[in-house]
Amino acid sequence: MDKRYPMNAWYAAAWGHEIRHELAARKICGKGMVLYRREADGAVAALEDACWHRLLPLSLGWLKGDQVVCGYHGLQFNSAGRCTYMPAQETINPSAGVRAFPVAERHRLVWVWPGDPALADPATIPDFHWNDGTEWVGEGGTFYGLKCDYRLVIDNLMDLTHETYVHAGSIGDEAITSAPFDVTHSGTTATVTRWMTDIEPPPFWAKQLGKPGHVDRWQIISFQAPSIVVGDVGVAPSGSGAPDGDRSQGVNGAFLAAITPETDTTCHYFWNFARTFRRDDEQLSRDLQTAHVNDGHGVYDQDHAVLEAQQRAIDANPRALFYNLNIDAGALWARRLIDRMLAAEAPAPFIPREAAE
Amino acid sequence: MRGEVEWRSARLRETRDLTADIRLFALEAAGPFVPPAPGSHVQVAVTIGERADVRSYSIVGPCSDGLYRIAVKLLPDSRGGSAYMWGLKPGANLSVSTPRNHFELTRGRPHYLLLAGGIGITPIYTMALALAEAGADMRLLYGCRSAADLAFGDELRARLGDRLRTVVDGSGEKLDLPAEIARMPAGGELLVCGPIGLLEAAKRAWAASGRPVGELRFETFGSSGRYASEPFTVSIPRLGRTIEVPRNRTMLDTLEAAGIEVVSDCRRGECGLCALRILDTAGIVDHRDVFFSEAQKASNAKLCACVSRMAGGSITVDVAARG
Repeated sequence: MDKRYPMNAWYAAAWGHEIRHELAARKICGKGMVLYRREADGAVAALEDACWHRLLPLSLGWLKGDQVVCGYHGLQFNSAGRCTYMPAQETINPSAGVRAFPVAERHRLVWVWPGDPALADPATIPDFHWNDGTEWVGEGGTFYGLKCDYRLVIDNLMDLTHETYVHAGSIGDEAITSAPFDVTHSGTTATVTRWMTDIEPPPFWAKQLGKPGHVDRWQIISFQAPSIVVGDVGVAPSGSGAPDGDRSQGVNGAFLAAITPETDTTCHYFWNFARTFRRDDEQLSRDLQTAHVNDGHGVYDQDHAVLEAQQRAIDANPRALFYNLNIDAGALWARRLIDRMLAAEAPAPFIPREAAE
Repeated sequence: MRGEVEWRSARLRETRDLTADIRLFALEAAGPFVPPAPGSHVQVAVTIGERADVRSYSIVGPCSDGLYRIAVKLLPDSRGGSAYMWGLKPGANLSVSTPRNHFELTRGRPHYLLLAGGIGITPIYTMALALAEAGADMRLLYGCRSAADLAFGDELRARLGDRLRTVVDGSGEKLDLPAEIARMPAGGELLVCGPIGLLEAAKRAWAASGRPVGELRFETFGSSGRYASEPFTVSIPRLGRTIEVPRNRTMLDTLEAAGIEVVSDCRRGECGLCALRILDTAGIVDHRDVFFSEAQKASNAKLCACVSRMAGGSITVDVAARG
């Protein structure tokens, strides 16, 4: 099977507050990892979640200071993955160790790099600053182990036409399907821009704006390869100048998605909906969270029912291809950028030198 | 790095003599190129006399051109792998494994002190280049017998400048390991590859410094002892057997070839599984493993049959067989 996700990339593995001085297991890009926060300096460590000796998940063991103790025979590993204790012998096998994954904490998330550690540069952590909890506020969450290929989530977010059908009655609106959109890209990003001018606001946005009359609505969705989507969304009273850059009369939100492959057909979906309006209104933060995820009734719950059903259909029709519509341009650029990363990681084909000379 | 290696047919593209007795081999393996991380080695199928065997050689350099390079020192008293390799001419066909790594470079340490002795430079050279490339804080101490033995000396000097310190025995230069270790900032790693005397000196100095045991890293292929390899005799009273171990064969291989079962795993002196109980010796036990502590080696209670041997003479051991 073709590879579906690049390994040489930063992926969100946890919210910072989820990682304490205790062992937490995550599977990222098919790799079992055990994460914990070091006592000594508060930094997060991520080790291969399989003991060097007999492969028992280290996450079933415990911490002794900042060393991980295997719960089977007591081997100990430091946060760099080196074995520091072996039972019943006076020395330590010099080969003994588990992989330590590059890890960094930024934008309230813990990011790991499952690929070649030599290439891991924290400067390339995706821009997710909307999640910092400073200029933009919002409290999101994670769907761990969502049962679909992470790219299906990217497809979903890169084309918001689906809102009309999946999210009718909240953010969905017929205007989305009739408004033109523009798709642009760079070497690592793809952007879908859609302006809906002089429309009746959908119920969700009418409530946030709290002003009568028609609105200009925008959806500017940006993808950062391989798996970040940020949607700059909002409405402003029609004629107040939003399409020309003056959003001061409107309300602006950003949906944030860091979608991390867990396996070929499952993913972890870190999400948030951040906003710049009524930032001190904690009740609004809770309400917005509930609007997205609410025991099956939030808009993301609606998406997830679709995404998991779609994956089941793909699994049931293994040789069926996707057909594409005009509306898929953003998603197709996103997939093309992912494919470029995959091609860059593929082993060089073997070309006998005689033939090449 | 876990997992099975794959064997691939390969061709010797070219050789280059780095010193009088160290030759660089560039191997072109069939199949998709598996890039080696620093510290990796390949196994090469060799023929010793009439016998097929396998040798492990550290990969030299980043191999960005898709060729695996290994450097082999011609050892007069080796088990015969180096003589086989030195007998190969460019164009020769051979079998090599995909890379494996028992000596992975941990990234992101605050400091690295690399220590190489003689041909032990091979993995250290690759690590030094990778660390320099990554802008890591590092130094390399490179010891050898004479200035003419400094393989990769010019390349390293060009890349590392004064981060390289060479220590030439023959010129009376001395390495003060405790002082070098004391200079390292906290959290620094010491990575060692070289003869067993150097390794044990490094282990002693490291232990005396009180630094964390996990921050001393080393690799050994168990081929180096304090004494030259000599033939010796092994007696096993329990089985009523006496067996000659030739100079170019390990005790473990020889026992197994004689039908005597010994449990083993790493076969490079690390895991301790093949340790046999010593009943008597006539001669000096040359402990070449890194499994036993110095105190255990001094007690001569057991030896690792995969790498350790007698410096001539004979040894009487017991094996696990009962009835």
